[in-house]
Amino acid sequence: MLRLVNVNSYYGLVHVLKNVSLHVDKGETVTLIGANGAGKTTTLRSISGLHSVKEGKIEFEGNDITGLRAEKLVRLGIAQVPEGRQIFRPMTVFENLELGGNLIFKMHGKKQMKAGIDEMFDLFPILKERQEQYAGTLSGGEQQMLAIAMALMCRPRLLLLDEPSMGLAPLIVKEIFKTISRLKEDSDLTVLLVEQNANAALKIADRGYVMETGKIILEEEANALMKNQEVKRAYLGKDQREIWEK
Amino acid sequence: MEFWDKKNECMLRDEIEQIQLERLQATLNRVYKNVRHYKKIFREIDFIPEDLKSLEEFKKLPFITRQDLRENYPYGMFAVPLREIVRLHAPALTLDNPLVMGFTVNDLNNWGQLIARNLTAVGVAREDVVQVSLIPGKLIGPFGMQLGTELVGASAIPMSVGRLKSQIKIMRDFRATIFVSTPSFALEVVRSMDASGIDAMDLSLKCGVFGSEPWGENTRAEIESKLRITATDTYSLTEVFGPGVAWECSGKNGLHISEDHFLPEIVDPVTLEPLPAGVEGELVLTTLTKEAFPLIRFRTGDKARIDYSACACGRTHCRISRIFSRCDGIIVLKGTSIMPENIGRILSDINGEAPNYQLVVEQADGQDQLTVQVEISDKIFFDEMKKQRRFIEDLHKAISGFLGWEVKIKLVEPGTFDPKKQVVDKRSFE
Repeated sequence: MLRLVNVNSYYGLVHVLKNVSLHVDKGETVTLIGANGAGKTTTLRSISGLHSVKEGKIEFEGNDITGLRAEKLVRLGIAQVPEGRQIFRPMTVFENLELGGNLIFKMHGKKQMKAGIDEMFDLFPILKERQEQYAGTLSGGEQQMLAIAMALMCRPRLLLLDEPSMGLAPLIVKEIFKTISRLKEDSDLTVLLVEQNANAALKIADRGYVMETGKIILEEEANALMKNQEVKRAYLGKDQREIWEK
Repeated sequence: MEFWDKKNECMLRDEIEQIQLERLQATLNRVYKNVRHYKKIFREIDFIPEDLKSLEEFKKLPFITRQDLRENYPYGMFAVPLREIVRLHAPALTLDNPLVMGFTVNDLNNWGQLIARNLTAVGVAREDVVQVSLIPGKLIGPFGMQLGTELVGASAIPMSVGRLKSQIKIMRDFRATIFVSTPSFALEVVRSMDASGIDAMDLSLKCGVFGSEPWGENTRAEIESKLRITATDTYSLTEVFGPGVAWECSGKNGLHISEDHFLPEIVDPVTLEPLPAGVEGELVLTTLTKEAFPLIRFRTGDKARIDYSACACGRTHCRISRIFSRCDGIIVLKGTSIMPENIGRILSDINGEAPNYQLVVEQADGQDQLTVQVEISDKIFFDEMKKQRRFIEDLHKAISGFLGWEVKIKLVEPGTFDPKKQVVDKRSFE
């Protein structure tokens, strides 16, 4: 469904993504894990058109989408939930969802958008309770749910999730991940998940890629990755050596 | 036709290429970081793995050979710390350093998956009983066969070779349906059955998976008719995985290589230039999923052709032709790879210096036979019959002891053979 071939990206002169190739099949949940600065978020931003790709090709459902603008990609069915719960804090939950459904409103009218919001309320009952509340007053977990709901409002076929567990309490993280796996089961949604919390991510994913300094160093089934030493090393840094290796 | 892993076995060509590129890039990044040998040879040609963009560019990389593996004995080629290794295999095929192969938990799992694909493709299912008659330790195959059989859910009977009567009794009484062995051992079983008056109808066998030595279509026909089974070939390469690398489906139309785990190439053994599909040359393999012991462009020494056309069974992975000969002088018979130099070393250990010798491989009564011809020289010349017999006995004991089976020793006059030609293979695999 999604296919990256030799994607290269730069921040100024810094070469951030070095020939990154990966693919996500339809209905799959794939996770991209790695340490800080490995290039995970840049990979997502390159897919969703928020960051320019210098070299390489990105294909979505067989079409070349390299260099397309972010708003075009949303129409094609790719939605990203950005890192750090970027919602509109001074607006109410309901208004936030309306903003998320802007595209549906434009394409299919108000009725469809309302239906979409109701669907989100079914999926996240807590948001229904809080719909009149300002988004900024929600708890961290609720804000994350709202961010996901906003992305789902445009009915994507591919959901790009950037660090949904960041800064959340373990129990809440569990809740969020449960929601993601439920989404996958209910709606056959394809998910590309970037995570620092490798264990949690690998538990719900089908496959995973491990990144290190802009390169992919491993691709495997999620349960195989859980047993891999490189995964640990990717988090503790590449200089991490076990006692017997010193 | 049953599949073990239909999704991966029937991928479209562009999906295969995508996953090969992804896994190749990841493997190269890993070996560059973790294996000193690869770092060295990549630096020599100024190649940094993160620059690799296509499978074409990959063809510029240097090859590695068995010599490289020996030089990095024991753990130099491992890409993970020893603590991650859960199994080590070191089949003693050479006189000096044995090959050492390491496996992580995931490697073993992948190996099991590959063999499960093989077994399912020849019709093994949960109800089957698989008798594995291969020498454990000397071959690494039996361990993989056991993993795969258990993964499929069939019952495995791990056996060794020899003790033909009890093998046949077990085969009959346990109602083994699948027979895994070397073709030469299968023929021994056939002979022994003939001798003791047991008919194939008394057995429940339905198919056999044979490998680890070259065997021709006439051997296949004999095994199939005598045991009343479908006999399929499996290609094992100890350095990579043992069996599971490539295997025949029941269509018997070339051996499928699992391209999501391996990247096969065919090169000219002399110029080392890549050859197009369909042309015979040396098989070069790259592992794409191995964690502990990844091999990049490993020269197998086996001669094969590659065929990318679709197989009638529906699997989309490419197929290699059956392997009958090698291009590096190694001879394979009775499940053993023999480097002629090793025989030379044994001869010189006994004699003080290496005499001229020639290894003759021929087929007698369906079985491969090895004769070591040693040229008589001043040093090997005895006026006493007794001494000469003793000398031949010593040679016989040393060489048979090393190989694990009987060889013939023949002293011949100088000029009987061309000393430059150390191996004569008279077998035909028509």
